[in-house]
Amino acid sequence: MSKQITVPFGPQHPVLPEPIHLDLVLEDERVVDVIPSIGYVHRGLEKLVEKREYPEYIYVAERICGICSYIHSNTYAECIEQIMKIEVPERAQYLRTIWSEYSRMHSHLLWLGLFADGMGFENLFMNAWKLREHILDDMESTTGGRVIQGVCKVGGVRKDISPEKLDEMVKGLKGMEPALRDLTNVFLNDASVSHRLKGIGMLAKGDAYALGAVGPTARGSGVGIDLRQTGYAAYGKINFKPVVEQSGDSYGRCAVRAKELFTSIDIIEQCVKKIPEGPVEIKVMGAPDGEYFARAEQPRGEVVHYIKGNGKRNLVRHRVRTPTFTNIPPLITILKGCELADVPIIVLSIDPCVGCSER
Amino acid sequence: MTYFEMTKTMVKNLFSRPATLMYPANPAKKTPLTRGHITINPDGCITCRSCQRKCPAQAICVEVKEKTWQIDRMRCVVCDCCVEICPTKCLSMDTQYTAALTARGGVYKVTVAGPRKKEPAAAGGKATDGEQKGNA
Repeated sequence: MSKQITVPFGPQHPVLPEPIHLDLVLEDERVVDVIPSIGYVHRGLEKLVEKREYPEYIYVAERICGICSYIHSNTYAECIEQIMKIEVPERAQYLRTIWSEYSRMHSHLLWLGLFADGMGFENLFMNAWKLREHILDDMESTTGGRVIQGVCKVGGVRKDISPEKLDEMVKGLKGMEPALRDLTNVFLNDASVSHRLKGIGMLAKGDAYALGAVGPTARGSGVGIDLRQTGYAAYGKINFKPVVEQSGDSYGRCAVRAKELFTSIDIIEQCVKKIPEGPVEIKVMGAPDGEYFARAEQPRGEVVHYIKGNGKRNLVRHRVRTPTFTNIPPLITILKGCELADVPIIVLSIDPCVGCSER
Repeated sequence: MTYFEMTKTMVKNLFSRPATLMYPANPAKKTPLTRGHITINPDGCITCRSCQRKCPAQAICVEVKEKTWQIDRMRCVVCDCCVEICPTKCLSMDTQYTAALTARGGVYKVTVAGPRKKEPAAAGGKATDGEQKGNA
């Protein structure tokens, strides 16, 4: 047996947008063990729930993550609505679905860009972010925020989208589709990309399930878990199939995200076709008394919000389990046995979002 | 697996205009809904302190006695909550972002009109009401 050395990876590393620290135990160039540590960007947002009233806390809940922000506020609102037994107007449900999918597309395009950058394919990175700009423009013109939309509220949504704008959005997405095809074809078919991704970072289907992988990490290994199928917001009325890849390597996880872009366009199109007229919010009186677990599908996987209230304006407890936190044990399994040079690509392939996993 | 998959995009990019804007020569894209920063019309403020109580970032501070309204732009998360809650609609959202700030330079303080006391009977009652709410 050769001598073991420990190489620190992170918290500051060129491929990491956010700080996570991994101690890589190496034998020659091969990783034999990984010791992760997080806790660099803890902000204590869950504790803040005791200090803010529940309708205002939604803005804090949205800021848990800087990328998948919208879905956090959506899930938080759903928790409160379930405890207080509020019927959210149907139009609001559809609008929530539309914005959720927009936020998923922006997150996936951001990740595809970062992933390309991690591979050293800088041109592809810029092309992915160029397309992402169209999504952000649509989000800004409908909600007022590029990434932090702030449109979700307990009892509905704060802004409505006019039918003309909805048609324009769908038209814009349809017009973008050929460019998206060109972009994803590079990820899916290009020789240099495939060479970098195929067979790197294998996660077997059994491992993915046993270790609790969620989102594209699980779906890239053939575990077809997609929380959108549970039918929260308006997903129950939408016809779609989760994207599942069987390969289980970095390529599989990349392919899931690339293909999900088109599923999102399809879902938005269906929503715009089916969206009913009506109010977008209802007045909420009183305060939540009880507890509830709400789950939703974020771009990175399943997010769980737990809320406990005691009938006062300030909640007692708010707990979030984010997809990145759940994906750390599978990441460690993937990393064992890989080459040191492949570590950046593998770490990126689970789409780590450390800011939200530490809150 | 194919080679030169990127060529089509590359050729397209070669013959198209730059995707970036020449900011600040060309102004940045803004929409009517863009949340840039909070502005106040000092004549309309009745120092009811609703905005201070609702602010999730605790960026707003209203002094009822001194009749001042203050916002810390470094704390403000531009959520639009105070604009929605303002009873006299004296707060509004500007679509332009503020320039880069230092922590000390971010505090913006204005003297406001304070509670209304025009009509002796009806409006006077309202004004005291507002003050009581503020002190609660």
